Amino acid sequence: MIDELLYFLELFFGGLTRGSIYALIALGYTLVYGIIELINFAHGEIYMIGAFTALIVAGVLGIYGFPAVAILVIASLAAVIWAAAYGFTVEKVAYKPLRGASRLSPLISAIGMSIFLQNYVILAQTSDFVPFPQLLPDLPFLEHIGYIMGPSDFIILVTSTLTMVSLTLFIRYSRMGKAMRATAQNRTMALLLGIDANKVISLTFIIGSGLAAIGGVLIASHMGQVNFAIGFLAGLKAFTAAVLGGIGSVPGAMVGGIVLGLCESFTTGYFSGDYEDVLAFGMLVLILIFRPDGILGKAKVQKV
Amino acid sequence: MFKQRLLKAALASVWFMVLTFPLMGIQLNRVENVIHWRFDRIAMLGAGIFVLAMLWHWCFERRALGLPLIKLPDKVVNTAYSLPSRPLFRRGLPAVILMGMLLMPMVSSIYQTNIMISALLYVMLALGLNIVVGLAGQLVLGYAAFYAVGAYTYGMLYEYFGLTFWVCLPLGGLAAVIAGFLLGLPVLGLRGDYLAIVTLGFGEIVRLLLLSQADLTGGPAGISNIPRPGFFGMEMSLDQVTTYIYYLVLGAVLLTIVVISRLKNSRVGLALQALREDEIACEAMGVNTTRVKLSAFVLCSCWAGFAGVIFAAKTTYINPASFTFMESAMILSMVVLGGMGSITGVVIAAMVLILAPEYLRAFSEYRMLLFGAIMVLMMIFRPQGIVSSERRRYRIPSERQSATENKELSA
Repeated sequence: MIDELLYFLELFFGGLTRGSIYALIALGYTLVYGIIELINFAHGEIYMIGAFTALIVAGVLGIYGFPAVAILVIASLAAVIWAAAYGFTVEKVAYKPLRGASRLSPLISAIGMSIFLQNYVILAQTSDFVPFPQLLPDLPFLEHIGYIMGPSDFIILVTSTLTMVSLTLFIRYSRMGKAMRATAQNRTMALLLGIDANKVISLTFIIGSGLAAIGGVLIASHMGQVNFAIGFLAGLKAFTAAVLGGIGSVPGAMVGGIVLGLCESFTTGYFSGDYEDVLAFGMLVLILIFRPDGILGKAKVQKV
Repeated sequence: MFKQRLLKAALASVWFMVLTFPLMGIQLNRVENVIHWRFDRIAMLGAGIFVLAMLWHWCFERRALGLPLIKLPDKVVNTAYSLPSRPLFRRGLPAVILMGMLLMPMVSSIYQTNIMISALLYVMLALGLNIVVGLAGQLVLGYAAFYAVGAYTYGMLYEYFGLTFWVCLPLGGLAAVIAGFLLGLPVLGLRGDYLAIVTLGFGEIVRLLLLSQADLTGGPAGISNIPRPGFFGMEMSLDQVTTYIYYLVLGAVLLTIVVISRLKNSRVGLALQALREDEIACEAMGVNTTRVKLSAFVLCSCWAGFAGVIFAAKTTYINPASFTFMESAMILSMVVLGGMGSITGVVIAAMVLILAPEYLRAFSEYRMLLFGAIMVLMMIFRPQGIVSSERRRYRIPSERQSATENKELSA
């Protein structure tokens, strides 16, 4: 009985950890979709680039003999900054010239960008799996419950909760956050009220990419390795999470991420690990067919 | 003006050098713990970006002024436009190309014939996808799934029941049609970008199932020793069988071209193009959009199924790694590059995208990188593709108009 409960708890926290990473990436999809109605297909690649940047910076600092805490902080900061810069650049190069084009053009452009970035990383670095340094510190107070929740789980949960809370506060109360919400609601009206839509869109990409990079660093140090393809799968799953919660809705992305993470963890734990990815894609297909507006999304009426 | 442009390009160049620095400029040797600083790469990239940024701004300036990117002399443009209507060109050029294609296996090596076979297979796949993406304007990202269904139908039917190629060819098409119908029925009501994602999810599910059902499909190892197509039980050497498959694929491509060009101007085809232009208006005109979409979807998956069977017979070995999302994306980029809805364009694009990396080995490393870049650039600068699909026009020439036209032609 107690064993079963412990196993359940282990799966629960495992799912929560995983889900909070999905949520972090899903936020990027949802924010961008909310404002320009584009499925930013290259978002998963930004996440991957964030993880790679952290890996490289950590490697360089490690060779120069920096202390572990400094490596963690600097590498994570570098990952966030560079990922944000990539997100910003991708938007400027691949999406901005297509504003006002038909709906599918930016999507195809995004797919192209995703393929481009993956192959860019292959050519610039490597196509093999690279071991990711153990950046996260050991937490002694978790010793007793180590089999339920390891130190990396704990740090992932805390970091992602903090990040999501600050994002929510930012969107709700800051000036730029209000501008973002206004633009999401009605871009023309926002423009008339003097909101610089280009600035808002750029900011959205920067925030989304930064969040993805945080997710990238966390998951990479949790898993212990990265390669160029991690972004594709994680991106798709995070997109599933975003759709599950209702794309365009910020709390929806968080809820969706957690739900997806828990579902995956429980199926893997109680049935078989073979169907983990099938489950995620199956959910994606089923949600889109039966409830495309997700759990927290509002049903939209298409206007002519 | 020019100074400003230089400054902008220099800024872009610096920005990209900083941006790509960690990934391009630093390489870690983990065994010896040494850092290789690749400043040479960064410098080259900076110079490249400077030139590209100049070009980029120039292109946008041209576009803002409403000028075409490349200004050809009027004479060249006029000739190019009138070419398709000249009978010599219209009948002659296809005939010459067809002759060349027919003679090709007799003069080239097996190796080259094999490359041509895969190029033709891609032409077939791209033309099939063109029905849904190009004509109907519905983005499908899981095309490789139907291709896989075709290939595995043949592989598995042979393995378990010993069925031959010619029996499996229609069955493979049928299986893909069923898969397309079952997927298409619920999802075709979805909006464009959701449809794209659902088909992507479906494609991944098919691939993952092929991987995980190892006792049925062979898992990651796939199915090997699939027989090549037979010809009334004749014994053939490898050379002969390659030539035979070549003609088979060529025939299939020709059939595809005929079917699609007939389809384009049929009732369904016109409905599809109307759908692409404006779904709501199309529905308002009394077109049953779901049914039309479904028929396009089914036809497109049928083609992928045929191509899959031929692919399995050609390579004699299939595994799930041949049916990844990258495959779907590659076929999609052919359609995008060629021009949505244009048969000529798609054929040219598929040929170029497959043959160029084969013959320019140095270039093959950059193949997928270029595919990605092409998709982005085409969407920005030429969304209609290299050969924009010509629209069927009904023109009732007034007397004066036809007189001036005649004069222009004779001049």
